[in-house]
Amino acid sequence: CFIRYANCVGEENWVDSRTVYIGHKEPPPGAEAYIPQRYPDNRIVSSKYTFWNFIPKNLFEQFRRIANFYFLVIFLVQLIIDTPTSPVTSGLPLFFVITVTAIKQGYEDWLRHKADCSINECPVDVVQQGKVVRTQSHKLRVGDVVMVREDETFPCDLILLSSSRHDGTCYVTTASLDGESSHKTYYAVPDTMAFRTEQEVDSLHATIECEQPQPDLYKFVGRINIYKDKEEPVARPLGAENLLLRGATLKNTQHIYGTVAVYTGMETKMALNYQSKSQKRSAVEKSMNAFLIVYLCILISKAVINTVLKYAWQWSPDRDEPWYNHRTENERQRHVVIRAFTDFLAFMVLFNYIIPVSMYVTVEMQKFLGSYFITWDEEMFDEELGEGAQVNTSDLNEELGQVEYVFTDKTGTLTENNMEFIECCVDGNVYIPHEHEDLFFRALCLCHTVQVKEEETVDGIKRGIHQGRPTSFYISSSPDEVALVEGMKRLGYTYLRLKDNHMEILNKDDEIERFELLHVLNFDSVRRRMSVIVKSSSGEYLLFCKGADSSIFPRVVSGKVEQVKARVEQNAVEGLRTLCVAYKRLSTSEYEEACHHLTEAKLALQDREQRLAQAYDIIERDFVLLGATAVEDRLQEKAADTIESLHKAGMKVWVLTGDKMETAAATCYASKLFRRSTQILELTKKRTEEQSLHDVLFELNRTSFFFFCSRLSVDCLDFGLIIDGATLSAVLKPNQEGAAHGNYREIFLEICRNCSAVLCCRMAPLQKAQIVKLIKASKEHPITLAIGDGANDVSMILEAHVGIMGKEGRQAARNSDYAIPKFKHLKKMLLVHGHYYYIRIAELVQYFFYKNVCFIFPQFLYQFFCGFSQQPLYDTAYLTLYNISFTSLPILLYSLVEQHVTIETLKREPSLYRDIAKNSLLRWPVFLYWTCLGVFDAVIFFFGAYFLFDNTTFTSNGQMFGNWTFGTLVFTVLVFTVTLKLALDTHHWTWINHFVIWGSLLFYVIFSLLWGGIIWPFLNYQRMYYVFMQMLSSGPAWLSIILLITVSLLPDVIKKVLCRTRSEKVVSVELELRNVDT
Amino acid sequence: MMASTYNAKDEDGHITVAGPGGGTLRSRKPENTAFKQQRLPAWQPILTAGTVLPAFFVIGLIFIPIGIGLYVTSNNIKEFEIDYTGVDMSSPCFNCSQNFSWNSTRPCTCSIPFYLDQPYESNVFMYYGLSNFYQNHRRYVKSRDDSQLNGDSEALTKPSKECEPYAFHDNKPIAPCGAIANSMFNDSLELFYNDPNGTKVQIHLMKTGIAWWTDKHVKFRNPGGNNPNLTVAFQGTTKPVNWRKPVYELDSDQENDGFINEDFIVWMRTAALPTFRKLYRIIQKKKDMVLTLPRGNYTLEVVYNYPVRSFEGRKRMILSTISWMGGKNPFLGIAYITVGSVCFFLGVVLLIIHHKYGNRNNSADISN
Repeated sequence: CFIRYANCVGEENWVDSRTVYIGHKEPPPGAEAYIPQRYPDNRIVSSKYTFWNFIPKNLFEQFRRIANFYFLVIFLVQLIIDTPTSPVTSGLPLFFVITVTAIKQGYEDWLRHKADCSINECPVDVVQQGKVVRTQSHKLRVGDVVMVREDETFPCDLILLSSSRHDGTCYVTTASLDGESSHKTYYAVPDTMAFRTEQEVDSLHATIECEQPQPDLYKFVGRINIYKDKEEPVARPLGAENLLLRGATLKNTQHIYGTVAVYTGMETKMALNYQSKSQKRSAVEKSMNAFLIVYLCILISKAVINTVLKYAWQWSPDRDEPWYNHRTENERQRHVVIRAFTDFLAFMVLFNYIIPVSMYVTVEMQKFLGSYFITWDEEMFDEELGEGAQVNTSDLNEELGQVEYVFTDKTGTLTENNMEFIECCVDGNVYIPHEHEDLFFRALCLCHTVQVKEEETVDGIKRGIHQGRPTSFYISSSPDEVALVEGMKRLGYTYLRLKDNHMEILNKDDEIERFELLHVLNFDSVRRRMSVIVKSSSGEYLLFCKGADSSIFPRVVSGKVEQVKARVEQNAVEGLRTLCVAYKRLSTSEYEEACHHLTEAKLALQDREQRLAQAYDIIERDFVLLGATAVEDRLQEKAADTIESLHKAGMKVWVLTGDKMETAAATCYASKLFRRSTQILELTKKRTEEQSLHDVLFELNRTSFFFFCSRLSVDCLDFGLIIDGATLSAVLKPNQEGAAHGNYREIFLEICRNCSAVLCCRMAPLQKAQIVKLIKASKEHPITLAIGDGANDVSMILEAHVGIMGKEGRQAARNSDYAIPKFKHLKKMLLVHGHYYYIRIAELVQYFFYKNVCFIFPQFLYQFFCGFSQQPLYDTAYLTLYNISFTSLPILLYSLVEQHVTIETLKREPSLYRDIAKNSLLRWPVFLYWTCLGVFDAVIFFFGAYFLFDNTTFTSNGQMFGNWTFGTLVFTVLVFTVTLKLALDTHHWTWINHFVIWGSLLFYVIFSLLWGGIIWPFLNYQRMYYVFMQMLSSGPAWLSIILLITVSLLPDVIKKVLCRTRSEKVVSVELELRNVDT
Repeated sequence: MMASTYNAKDEDGHITVAGPGGGTLRSRKPENTAFKQQRLPAWQPILTAGTVLPAFFVIGLIFIPIGIGLYVTSNNIKEFEIDYTGVDMSSPCFNCSQNFSWNSTRPCTCSIPFYLDQPYESNVFMYYGLSNFYQNHRRYVKSRDDSQLNGDSEALTKPSKECEPYAFHDNKPIAPCGAIANSMFNDSLELFYNDPNGTKVQIHLMKTGIAWWTDKHVKFRNPGGNNPNLTVAFQGTTKPVNWRKPVYELDSDQENDGFINEDFIVWMRTAALPTFRKLYRIIQKKKDMVLTLPRGNYTLEVVYNYPVRSFEGRKRMILSTISWMGGKNPFLGIAYITVGSVCFFLGVVLLIIHHKYGNRNNSADISN
C-alpha cells in the first residue's frame, strides 16, 4: 500500500500517517488496502490517579521529592536501629505532611475526575445513516460525522466538511486554547462545502489521510480522497485551516458538519498541549541546594568525627562499660563494625535537624502565599483592560529581583499596538491624486485578511475601531491591517465584505466593485509580506503584495523606487511603521502557472511549509511599486519612565523587534532607551557590506572597551548598539573561517556587555530566542527577563528565566510566568515586588540555616561531655516542635510582609535594585557569616549553660538540677535568641509581626509549662515533669537566660550598626518622603 | 511543619481568598485593603548608631551593678569540699578503696578529720560529689521505667525493655529496674564535731527536703496504693543486683521508704555533666544556737560502699551555705560584669565613631 502512495502522490517514507474512513464507510474495493488502526475513544482523562492506584502512585510521587525522601530515610533508620530520638519525632511530621498533601492532591484529582466526567458525558450530535443522533462525547469515534451548532465547543479535532454559510467558511474562536479571542476563519473542503443536509453528508464516500497526532496547534497536514462512482478518487489537500480544534468554539455560524477526522480523546491537540512546560529553577533555589550540600557534608563529618572519637574514647573497657552501665547481651555480641555503623547512623539521626527539612515546605508556602501580593496589587491593575497582574508560576518570584537583562518586544509591548493610519505615499508623492492612485487604494483594500464583524459585542474586546455604521468592525490579527483598511475608508474606499469569494469595495463614487479572491498568500514573519491574487470584474488577474520595504524593494522591477524609498526612510526615522505596496498583472498563463505551484505545494503532505515558501518565492517577484504607507504606533504611557528606571536599576534593556531599523531606533529614542548622549554603535548589514564583519566587530569592541574603561572616571558616555537580524545570524554562525579570526560570539558579547542598551531589529521570532539563549549562556550566566505580547515572542519568553507578557490574553500569556497588563507595570513588578521577594526569600533561607545551626551545634558539643553516647540535649518534644512551631511562624510571616525600605523609596530610587544584584544576599561570604553567627551563638548557649551549671546549685533550697533542666535552659535561650534575632532583622513591624513574634515566644512558654505540668499518661517517660517550672523558680536561671540572650545578639547588633545596611541615600529619600507626609 | 504554616493562613484570615490567577483571567479589581496592598501601618525601627548607642549604655549600666551584686553574694557563700576517694596511700580511705568487693558482708568504714576555718551560720547543705561518672550517658539515662517508679503495678512486674540488662534477675523483675537505680550511691556519710573539750558530737543530718517536692509527691509513688506494708507491695520482685537491701528497706520511716526515698529520688535525677554533686543532707540551723557549724575540727565518717576507682572517678563531700542565688558561683557575676563593661565600652567606641564620621546624618537618625 505504501508503494501505491509513493507512485500516485510521490510521497516517500510516509509511515507516520493514519487513514480515516468518513462515516466508517470502507472505500471501494481495490482503492486502498484496509489497515485496521486502533484509535482511542473520545474520553478526556486529565486526572492523574484512579481509585486503585491513588495510594501507591501518590506516595511514590511524594517521596520523589528530596525533602520527603530524606525524612523517610531518617524515619526508617530510627525504626530499624536504636537511636537517640524516637521515630515519632520524624515520623509524625512526615506522616502529617504526606497526609495533608495526599488529601489535597486527592481532592484536586477528584475535581478533575468530575470535570472529566462532565466533559465526557456532554451531548454531541452525530450523523448516522442520514439522521442526527444525539450521543455522549466520549462515545465519539474516529470517522464519525459530527454536527456542531453555534456557540458549541468542538468535542474533538474535526475536519470541516460543510458549513451553513454559503462560502463554506466558519468562524471560530480559540480563546480557550491559545487565548486569542479574535475570530478565525476556517474553510470547508471545496468538494463537500455544498452539502446542506444530513443525507447529503451521509452520502459522502471519502477517506482522510493525515499525520499522526502532534501538539503544534498551528500545523496540520492531511489529504482527503473523495470517491465518486468508481472514478479515480479526487484528492484535496487539508491544512490547519480545515482542522477545527477541540476546545475551540463555533461562532457566527449556524451549524457545521465535520468529521471526527483525526484525533480523539487524549490525542487531540488540546490534550497534547496539556503537557507541562519545562521547569525553570531560580538562582535562589540553586544556591539553596548548594548550601544544603554544604550542610549535608557538615552533618556527615560531624557524625564521622563523633563516631571516631567515641571509639577512641571508649578504648578502655572501664569507659566503654563501667560497672554501673552495662550493655545488654545482644549488644555485646554484635560485631564492632556493625556497632560503629549503627553509631554513625545514630549520630546522623541526632544531628539530622541541621538540614532544615521544614525549609522546603516554608519556602513553598512563602512562594505560594507571597505571589498573591502580585495579583492583589491595585497599582498593577489596568482599568481599561479590566485586568490585573497574573502569576502563572510562583516558583520564580524572587528571580524578579535578580534580573540583569530585559528583552522586550517593541510592538504592543513598548508601544500601544493601536495603529493609526498617518499617511500614504503614492509613487513618491505624499497622497497626491495620480492615475496609479486608484490601483494603490484598491490594493490596500484588497490585500489583507481583515474580516468584517457585524456585531457590536466582540467578546468585550475593543478590537477594531468604531465605524460610521455602529454595527460593523474590522477584525484582524494584525492591527496594521485594520489601521490601513480604516485609513482607506477615510480616503473613500470602503472594504465592505467578502462574499462568495468576492471582495466588495465601495469606491469613491459609491459604486460597488467586486473582485474575485483567488488566492491569499498569507503573511509570515520570515517572508515579511503577504499577497493576494484577485480577478477583477473585467477579467484581469492582479497580484497585490504588501510588506516590509526590505522584502518588497528587491522584488520591484519598475516604479518610482527612489522617491518611495526616501519617503519610507523619512517616515521610519519619525518612528512610523511603514509598509510598501506593489502589484503585478498576471496573464492567464502566468496565473495558471502560479495556481499550479500553489496547489502542488498545498497538496504536499511533507515539508508543506517549505514548498509553499518556494512557491511564494516564485510567484512574488517582478513587482511594480505602487507606494508606501505609514502607520503610527504610539508609545505606551510611562514607557520611557519605566525604561529609565530599569536602566538606573542596573538592568540592560534590549529591544528585539521585527521592525525596520529606523522605526525601531526612533521608538528607542522616544522611550529613552537611547539618550542624546548615547553613542550608537551600529552593527548592520549596511556596514558589514562595506567592511568585513570581522573588522567591524573588532573596531566596535575597541571603541566600546576603551570608552568603557575611561567611563569609570567620566560618567557621561554610554553606548547603544544596533544590530540587525542578518548581521546577527552572521555573528552567531559557527566559525567557518578558522580560528584565526577568533570567536565572533565572544567579541559580540563583549561589546554587548559594555552597552547599556541594545536594539535588535529585523528579527525573526526564532532569533529572539537565540539572543536570549546566547546571553543566558554567557559566562556570567545572567538572569534574563523577556517581555512580549505576541505569538512571536513566545519562544523568547519560554527561553528567558522569567517571562512576562504584556497585553491581555493571547498566546504569550499562556506561556509566560507572569503576566502584566501594561509595560509600565514592569517597574513595580521588578523594583518593588521583585526586590521584596528576593530579600524576603534570602533572609528566609539564611535564617533557616542559622537557626538550625544554633539548634544542633549545642547537641554536638554535648557529645563531648556525655561520652559520645548520642544523648540528646533537648527533650523529644522540643526536638520535634522546634522547627514545626516554635520558630516557624515568625520567619514565614517575615518572609511575607517584610519591607526593609518602603515601597515609595524603592520606586523613587531604582538604583537600590543594584544592591541585591547577582544574588548578593545568598553569596558564600554572607552564608558563612550566618553560619558563623549560628556557631557562635551555639557555643555561647552551650558553654554559658555549662559554666553556670558547673558544680553548683541553682536554687535557694539547695536542690540540684539534672540534665533535662540543662537542656531546657539551653533550649529556652535558643528559642528566644533565634526569635529575637529575627525581630532585630525586621524593619517593618505591623501588628501581624508583633502578634506572631511575641505570640510564638508566649506559645513556647505556655507549651513548656503544660508539657512539664502534667504526668502524661501516654508517654513512657516523665523526664520533663516540672523541669521548666523548677527552672523558672530559680533566680540564677533567669539571670543566665537574660545574659546569654544578650551576649548572643550582641555581635549581630554591632555588625548592623557598623556596616549600615541602609545607605545614606535611602535615609535621605525616606526622610524626604516622611516630610512630605507631615 | 505544614501544621504551623496552615495556621498562619487561618490566623490573619486574609489569605484564604481565591488562588493567584493560575491562568484564569480575572477581571475583578483587586481589593484596596491595607494588607493586600502591603500598606499596613508599621513601626519601622532603624538600627543606627543613634538608636543603638543609648541601648548599649543602658545595658552596661544595668548589667554592671547586677554583676557586682552577684559576685559579692557569691563570695559571701561559704563552701568546704573534701575528697575522700582514697587514692593516696596516706588517705584514711585508702584501704577501703583498695579492698573493695561487691560481695563483702562487713562494711568498710573510714573516718576523715577536717578543720573548718570559718563558722557556718545559716542552713548548711551537705552534698556528695562524683567525678568522671557518666550519669548522662545515653544508655544510662534511658535505663529506667517511669511507670514503675510511679507505682504502676503492671510495670512493677514487667519492667520496660529500656531497663535491660537490669530488668530481670533470676527471672524475677527488678524493682526499681534499670542502670540508674542499680548504681545508686550508697556510701553513708556522718559528721561529727570534735568539741575542744574532747567529746565527739554527732551533727544531726536531715534526710528529707533534698528532693524536688513534685518528684516526691507526684512523679514517684510506691506500688500498692496506700498499702502501708511495702514488703507485700513489692512481693514478686527482687532488689537491684548491686544493692545490699531491697528498696522497701531503704528507710525505717514509712514516708521515706520504697520509691519515695529521697536519696533514691535525688539519684534518679540524672546529672547533666560527668562531674556533678547531689544534695545529701541538710544541717538545719538550730534556733538556740547562733552557729550551725562552729569553727573547729570535724570528722567525716564514711561507710565505704561505692566503688569509683575502676573508672578513675572521685568522691567528694561538700558543705555549703546557700544564698538567694544558690550556691557559690562566681562565674555568673563575672560574666555580668564583663558583658556590662563590654557594652559600655562599645557604647563609647560607637559614640566616638559616630561623632567623627556620622555627623552628617546624625540629625536624621535621631529624628527617626
